Amino acid sequence: MSSDSDNEPIETTSDVTPASTKSSPTPEKEIELPKFEKDLADKIVEKFNTRVKVAFVKPDRVRINVGRDDIKEVAEFLRDVLNFDHAESVSGVDYPQDKEIEVVYHLGSYTDSSLSRQILVLATRAQREENPIPGNDATKLPSLREVFYSVEFHEREIFEMFGVYFQGHPDNRRLLLPEDWADLPPLRKDFAIKGR
Amino acid sequence: MTNELPPGLALQKVDERIMTLNVGPQHPGSGHMRIIVQIDGDFIVACDPDPGYVHRGEEKMAEYRNYITNIPHLERPVIHDSCNILYPYVLGVEELLGIEVPERAKYIRVIASELNRCVYTMYWLAIYGIFLGHSTMFMWPAGDRELLIDLLEKMTGARVTHAHFVPGGVRNDLPPNFEDVCLRQVNYFEKRIKEYAAIFYDNPILIARTANTGILSREDAIRLGTTGSVLRASGVDYDLRKKEPYDVYEELDFQTNVLKEGDSYARSKIPWLDMMESCRIIRHALQKMPKSGSVRVKLKPNPKGKGLDSVYKRVESGRGSLGCYIVSDGKPEPYRVKLSVGSFRNLIALPYLLKGEKLGNMPAVYWSLNYWPVEADR
Amino acid sequence: MLKDLITPQNANVFVGKLGDILEQAIDKPLGYAINWGRIWSLWPVHIETACCSVEFGAASSPRYDVERFGIIEAFGSLRQCDLIVVQGTITRKMAPRLRLVYDQMPEPKYVIAMGACAITGGLYFDSYNVLPGIDGVLPVDVYVPGCPPRPETLIQGCMLLQEKIKRMKARKFV
Repeated sequence: MSSDSDNEPIETTSDVTPASTKSSPTPEKEIELPKFEKDLADKIVEKFNTRVKVAFVKPDRVRINVGRDDIKEVAEFLRDVLNFDHAESVSGVDYPQDKEIEVVYHLGSYTDSSLSRQILVLATRAQREENPIPGNDATKLPSLREVFYSVEFHEREIFEMFGVYFQGHPDNRRLLLPEDWADLPPLRKDFAIKGR
Repeated sequence: MTNELPPGLALQKVDERIMTLNVGPQHPGSGHMRIIVQIDGDFIVACDPDPGYVHRGEEKMAEYRNYITNIPHLERPVIHDSCNILYPYVLGVEELLGIEVPERAKYIRVIASELNRCVYTMYWLAIYGIFLGHSTMFMWPAGDRELLIDLLEKMTGARVTHAHFVPGGVRNDLPPNFEDVCLRQVNYFEKRIKEYAAIFYDNPILIARTANTGILSREDAIRLGTTGSVLRASGVDYDLRKKEPYDVYEELDFQTNVLKEGDSYARSKIPWLDMMESCRIIRHALQKMPKSGSVRVKLKPNPKGKGLDSVYKRVESGRGSLGCYIVSDGKPEPYRVKLSVGSFRNLIALPYLLKGEKLGNMPAVYWSLNYWPVEADR
Repeated sequence: MLKDLITPQNANVFVGKLGDILEQAIDKPLGYAINWGRIWSLWPVHIETACCSVEFGAASSPRYDVERFGIIEAFGSLRQCDLIVVQGTITRKMAPRLRLVYDQMPEPKYVIAMGACAITGGLYFDSYNVLPGIDGVLPVDVYVPGCPPRPETLIQGCMLLQEKIKRMKARKFV
């Protein structure tokens, strides 16, 4: 059911364009970027210069890509200075072409009323292994649980679904999958479901 | 996977005094999950929720279906709140495809979403009643919610699984004469739910069982990232319908309910107060709705996103903020769909609330979290 | 003549046959009464497996009131139950628990598979964590199709089960 209709202008012949998330600092078209969100992004860039990349600035949504070594520092800055106080959601996205697994934190704020519409998207990437041994391979990231307490169950979920081990997370046990699950982490792209 | 118990929150080392109890999955007070509690006498020392009994891999399945065929199965996690769980997904797909929704469709969505919120809350209230051993409180809400289910059935054609919201609007226009019937039923419904105060919310037995149990302070509610009624019962005024209005909520007249106590009683009262606000919203929306017009933008078959793009949309569901993160790579199928659901986010509060409580208070605290295990597991 | 039939070798067989004959003799008059007692007090065990439990709950609500057909509301203690309504999807984590619950119920016990997921896997036919129906886990008596089935359908399924029990042999003990 996937690619029967011929697509209109071919923007992406390859399935994923890794470059567009990683290395386009600001959107090409400079038309009326939302003011508040622009300021927010500028504050972060001012502090961390080249260590963060602003992937996009949309109304109410700012996305920053960070390296895995800097994420804890950036998260602490976001919590202490910019008043983001909880994580709404933590999602993993698998990019087999880049050999990377992306972990995306959606941060929000309850205490700061000016930020109540905003979601700050903090993304980082972990190395991806062809033959994963969850917990014992190079797919590791520093845990943000000490910074944002609310990521606890989300990170546990990511660990079992993608095999990304969170260093410093006190409770990396299994959460949703059956106890005897011995297959690949199911949300990775190379885990095929029945009949597909 | 290691079996070693982590420090801090997790279960303590077992000595003679402490007994481990499995509550669920077959237990009248657990729902579809297991809660492992350790008790010292009658008091809970530690608690470890074990969800996942209904983990069906919705997110994986969504990567193999196109944007439209995802709709029926993405609403299955909460079939009695199916309009609200589809809402962020549909909003996200609309943003990805760049669709503008007709005005009348927006009002129909708001009405359907509010009706559905009431249907969900009534079911939750019924279960909360029966968990506390209050049989009348099971029968009354379970009977009254059928009124609204009738309305939704008229509107969408199905009792609970509506699949009514589609990218570009809603599937069907309202049936003839719907506005009058809706107004009448909603007015009756509002009168009816006010009577619940007498048998349930002012009932001294209920107050004795729920007041001052499982207190969640304001700071903890924020720190744990709870949402919805749990958050608002702890004194944080955060309702996405006000804070980040989607569709036509901006133009409608309602208020959010906030209580300061943070105990089970406050948490159980907020959804009930919300239902009255929902009735107000429905009445106001029926009044302001354009009387005619299109309700759906026709889409091309197999719509695709434009290149690599991601969108995060959220709405206020019956259980709190419900977010949907969609990553598209320009194919007819989404690259990744993640549902960030209120139940899963509130679950993290359970070990904190149960620590130090009596075991008998467990159902009162657990179900006051407005938790629906099927949704949390996805 | 009888003496010729019974030898030390076949005495056991003969006694066994006698037992059968006696049971049948009792079953004819008493079986109907025993089954009549069973069909009007079916106690479903309180185990929810997925989202069909919403409609199962609605079936006990005042509008549908399944109790008037002799099926009592879901009950906590499975030692007193004789009906298990499998309410929807069975995941791989739930299946062993479901079997455990079934094994602990006293005989006689009946199974209703409610919803498309419990019958074939339904919408989740290609999910990695869902069993394609519960036939491999439990012996099913009645299938109630729908996604989810309306409460009326569930009530009809329960009545079909009652019809089935009426025609069963009452003396069947394991």
